[in-house]
Amino acid sequence: MGKTLFEKIWESHIVVEKQNEPDLIYIDRHLVHEVTSPQAFDGLRMNDRKVRRPDLTIATMDHNVPTTDRSLPMLDQTSSIQIKTLENNCKDFGIKLFDINSPNQGIVHVIGPQLGITLPGSTIVCGDSHTSTHGAFGALALGIGTSEVEHVLASQTLWLEKPKTFEVRVEGKRKNTHAVTAKDIILSIIKNIGTAGGTGTVIEYRGEGISDLSMDQRMTICNMSIEGGARAGLIAPDEKTFDYLRNREYTPKNYESLVNSWRDDLKTDSDATFDKQFILDINDIAPQVSWGTNPGMTCDVDEPIPSPDEFSNGDPNQKKGAEKALEYMDLKPGTMIEDIKIDRVFIGSCTNARLEDLIEASKIIQGQKVDSNVSAMVVPGSQMVKKQAEEMGLDKIFIDANFEWREAGCSMCLGMNPDILSPGERCASTSNRNFEGRQGNGGRTHLVSPVMAAAAAINGHFVDVRKLDLN
Amino acid sequence: MKPFENVKSIVTPLDMVNVDTDQIIPKQFLKLVQKSGFGKFLFFNWRYDENKNIKSDFILNDSKCAGSKILVAGDNFGCGSSREHAVWALDDYGFSVIISSSFADIFFSNCFKNGILPISLDPKIVEKLLQETNSVEVDLENQIIKTSSEDIPFQINSHKKKILLEGLDDIAQTFQFEDKIRAFEEKSIIPSVL
Repeated sequence: MGKTLFEKIWESHIVVEKQNEPDLIYIDRHLVHEVTSPQAFDGLRMNDRKVRRPDLTIATMDHNVPTTDRSLPMLDQTSSIQIKTLENNCKDFGIKLFDINSPNQGIVHVIGPQLGITLPGSTIVCGDSHTSTHGAFGALALGIGTSEVEHVLASQTLWLEKPKTFEVRVEGKRKNTHAVTAKDIILSIIKNIGTAGGTGTVIEYRGEGISDLSMDQRMTICNMSIEGGARAGLIAPDEKTFDYLRNREYTPKNYESLVNSWRDDLKTDSDATFDKQFILDINDIAPQVSWGTNPGMTCDVDEPIPSPDEFSNGDPNQKKGAEKALEYMDLKPGTMIEDIKIDRVFIGSCTNARLEDLIEASKIIQGQKVDSNVSAMVVPGSQMVKKQAEEMGLDKIFIDANFEWREAGCSMCLGMNPDILSPGERCASTSNRNFEGRQGNGGRTHLVSPVMAAAAAINGHFVDVRKLDLN
Repeated sequence: MKPFENVKSIVTPLDMVNVDTDQIIPKQFLKLVQKSGFGKFLFFNWRYDENKNIKSDFILNDSKCAGSKILVAGDNFGCGSSREHAVWALDDYGFSVIISSSFADIFFSNCFKNGILPISLDPKIVEKLLQETNSVEVDLENQIIKTSSEDIPFQINSHKKKILLEGLDDIAQTFQFEDKIRAFEEKSIIPSVL
């Protein structure tokens, strides 16, 4: 019987295989950042261990870096210590670091692909759940905890139980590809399978609706696999993938010969079977807006907020969760999404802060002004994205519209730096999590695409971007 | 890692589904560079109001849960961020067993690296344990939860059980396969980054 892409990558990385026990899997790429690594390096020091393969390990600082003027000293002392700690650890253990002043600095999941560090058919780990992003290139990319970071630093391997396989097939064609985006596809998937729908599995996204997407869009899809509970998300590489990675700063010298082998090997066999399947038809899908406190609590932009009864389908625990979410979000069932007023707009994060996201959002903004009751910011995913956008003049479009134009980092996606919501503030955000307090204690997050966030900024409330002329 | 020892205590019933790691340990506490001292920040935004006053209606602040070592919660516990700080906070606070109808994958894995036992049970049994007011004993060796009225068996992968009972150092175990790791590296086609 045939094999899935996931099974092929897994089997080609087994170092030790034992009956009824986890497999020892080799890790080809390890990405490190300031928040989940200090304790791992400490562990190495305590046991007098070294980093086995510094040449497969890359570090940057993204989670708590300020996005304002970097020539000024950092005001937050604890963040400053964490950043200094990463610098010292990289120096002591011989790891390449893109520090806060590097032109390659940025969100780890944005810079990996941009620098050609992410490769098809490879295994990639990082102490961050959104590592699943790299799956867009046909890499098996897993988010791990700090103990596992230490294990990979020391041994370049991990003991892993083999996940099950989950096919998410996306069929059809979007009618308006500027208004209905990859973000709306992945939010629709999560709304349907639930936030634990993918637990214990690796999702492979397949079908016309996926192969039609650009690489930036595919990354948005794979990025939010974890929001559906999955261990990882995968998309089989094709010519778009190979073209994207060609001639990047760290693209391997023997790239073309690697591409030749990947072209033949890195796909699911036609007779392979998956443990689980979900099919989404995107012919008629609408822009999505989350209304609750997890990404599964999402509805179409032209729908009213569901009642807890409608949402829970008779499950009393889900009903209780929805009631609590509506109370936290200060929303009433039946309210139309387009009637919800917002205070803040955040265009950023490893989900939606790549060049294409900024280009699409800028088309909405051009020649307009942010609503007087809204404060809006753009935080490019990397310094490289920022530079490319500036070369295209996008910064001027955003600044002229009264958006703030910031330096790269995770920023208000998780609010570890000074970019946070105040209690009660409501934000249209292109990030990935609408958990309670995620963007600031008491803050209320609505997850949307970059074009939906941009339109909300201009209008002061959510707008169905299908009504706008985007061509 | 410390070996897991059997636990007897009252349970803390956290009757909520989809408890994410942002709630278990909010982001403002992820800036520490050590593993210790996170317990006081556990469920911080649910334990304290904006003025740092104790919220009396949150279960961890209920005096009858004082000293509890067993947390019982609803479906999909530990979802979201991979932050191991969530497990460090639960451990430092005093919990050594977490019972739920299901766990998010990364959180589940992080538990075993820190000597915490996550137990997955049928939702109906979790419902019952959420109502349990007497002391409960968790016996890992025999895979049984003993309540005042019944013995509830639970499943655990034998390898994971061994890791907890013996408090094994993962990395030292892996180093025994050094020759296999080297052999793998010699035939790998993925080149170095640099």
